[in-house]
Amino acid sequence: MIKARPPTKARPSKAAAPDWRLSLYVAGPSQKSAAAFRNLEQICEDHLVGRYHIEVINLIKNPQIARDNQIVAVPMVVREWPLPIRKIIGDMSNTERVLAGLDLRSFDPSPFIARKGKFPTG
Amino acid sequence: MKKTATSPSLKELKKSPTGIRGLDEITGGGLPTGRPTLVCGGTGCGKTLLAMEFLVHGASEYGEPGVFMAFEETAEELTQNVVSLGFDLKALVARKLLLIDYVQIERYEFEETGEYDLEGLFLRLGHAIDSIKAKRVVLDTIEGLFARLSNHAIVREALHRLFRWLKEKDVTVIMTGERGDGQLTRYGLEEYVSDCVISLDHRVSDQGTSRRLRVVKYRGATHGTDEYPFLIDREGIWIYPVTSVPADHPTPDERISSGIERLDAMLGGKGYYRGSSILLSGMAGTGKTSVAATFADATSRSGKRCQFFSFEESPGQIIRNMSSIGLDLMQWQKKGRINLQFQTVRPFECGLEMHLARTMRLVAEFEPQVVIVDQMSGLETTGTPLEIKAAMMRLIDFLKVRGITALYTDLTTDGGVPALTESAISSLVDTWLILRDIELNGERNRSLHVLKSRGMAHSNQVREFVMSERGIELKDIYMGPSGMLTGSARVAQEARERAQQVIRNEEMERQQLDLKRKHDTLEGQISALRADFSAEEARIERIISHDKQREHSLVKDEVAMGRSRNHDIVKPVGSIIPRNGRNGRKS
Repeated sequence: MIKARPPTKARPSKAAAPDWRLSLYVAGPSQKSAAAFRNLEQICEDHLVGRYHIEVINLIKNPQIARDNQIVAVPMVVREWPLPIRKIIGDMSNTERVLAGLDLRSFDPSPFIARKGKFPTG
Repeated sequence: MKKTATSPSLKELKKSPTGIRGLDEITGGGLPTGRPTLVCGGTGCGKTLLAMEFLVHGASEYGEPGVFMAFEETAEELTQNVVSLGFDLKALVARKLLLIDYVQIERYEFEETGEYDLEGLFLRLGHAIDSIKAKRVVLDTIEGLFARLSNHAIVREALHRLFRWLKEKDVTVIMTGERGDGQLTRYGLEEYVSDCVISLDHRVSDQGTSRRLRVVKYRGATHGTDEYPFLIDREGIWIYPVTSVPADHPTPDERISSGIERLDAMLGGKGYYRGSSILLSGMAGTGKTSVAATFADATSRSGKRCQFFSFEESPGQIIRNMSSIGLDLMQWQKKGRINLQFQTVRPFECGLEMHLARTMRLVAEFEPQVVIVDQMSGLETTGTPLEIKAAMMRLIDFLKVRGITALYTDLTTDGGVPALTESAISSLVDTWLILRDIELNGERNRSLHVLKSRGMAHSNQVREFVMSERGIELKDIYMGPSGMLTGSARVAQEARERAQQVIRNEEMERQQLDLKRKHDTLEGQISALRADFSAEEARIERIISHDKQREHSLVKDEVAMGRSRNHDIVKPVGSIIPRNGRNGRKS
């Protein structure tokens, strides 16, 4: 089901290289997996349009990845870039928490550097 | 470790042996195969070690590979922790007999954004099990999930699924859980495990610590329900399932000498029963250790092995002190053939349970025929009377079951029946000897008597107990009008009796002489009387003879006269006359 969608390749956008790299770990097709992907994509479209890339990793196909990446709960999204790495779990239905978890609010809509200025106060 | 035979029942649960010394005995063969077992307890009580041992023994002894899913310690830490116990986890991992998966979940990493499940964990575990074909799984401790995931409903749901799934996988599982308030585990893990629950405990009382294990529940199988002490030594966990053994002790008829001839005589002439328990109680300085050492010496002399647990003296001290009563204990400690082994016990070293466990381990290692504990009261400082009582009962039972003759000495303070041991072990001991002080005439002496000795006609006499360079001797006690006589009073009494004997002998001789003299006198008197009588007899006979003659002549004269006058015969009157008449007629 994940494969049916085109998530593993970069979203077409104006910028050449995406500023954000997100990994979505799921355990096969399920309602939660589908919801997570849908919700995450929506949030990204709202806040990071053209500047993100989502990679969906199906753990059932390669369980070793779960061990290597310390994955317990799924669906899980890992913000691989920008650093630091952040992890959020769940079906991403709670947008507020996704934004907080990915630290997106401070990012948007200002450019990446702007976040640094905000950080000490927030 | 000896496996106890399980009683035949309709359909016996399959059990996976843990290989942990003692645990398989308590559970009748191990943990339920293909089912989860909960091991719960407080921090540092040995949960992780028990679980790890289960896997290590399974992998190396029972051909069952295992997965260790660690939530608290990394693989490196776990490996390092058990190196001292001789477990080489790295080698097992390399041989694909063990797989350690450290599950790291840091709470601050997570933002929970809605519905999720723990499929990742399942996948990891499933992958781990499949990759080494594991038969055993440890989850240590899965409640880490509760601490790190805020949605407990999801965790509970996941655990329910997990255990169903593990049962389908047919793996034997140990999951560990931290003790909670008022329940076995903090997060109620027991609700997921309905088959077997084991509780571990590490308690401190009076500065001593003791570890205990209890099988809280074991569905479908009989199991010991008591708390069993255990210790963690250089070989891992060691549990003493003492009370799980039914009390059908072996009852040999064989006798074993106490080393004291008179004492053997007092005990039906042959000494103690082999495998019996002997309690020797008495005040300080009454010679308890000497009696015990004499027994040890006699045992060693007969080629048997004796183990001497001393709470008070070092081996060197005992050997030196006992040479003063003529015992050469050194000779039984030759290299290569040790008949007598000393173990010094320091009461403050560890807790009561630990002492007990250690003693049992040493006994199991040395396999003696005789065990001496000198002295039980040394344990008094290590626990409450109730605990000591329980511990002593277990020790006695432990030795009895193994057919080991055991002599326990016990210190009493008032010379009477020892309060501590009285109710605690009097019913368990077969022979009870009392050593007592007797203070009389300005000196102190010792006495020994048999308070009880089951199954033998034992003496009820109090004997004086004398120690000299010739060893221990028992002597008769004199009972006089002023009470018992011992020591120099006894010696004096002996001398007095000897003197009296002489006097009695003289008196007897004198009386015999007297009698003889009387006899002689009597004889003299008799002969004198006889002589008198003879003289009298002769005189009377002479008179009679005279009279006869005279009468005869008279009659003759009358006859002659009558004949001359020619008259008829007159019938004579009186005794003489008829004879005369007859004579006359005859003539």
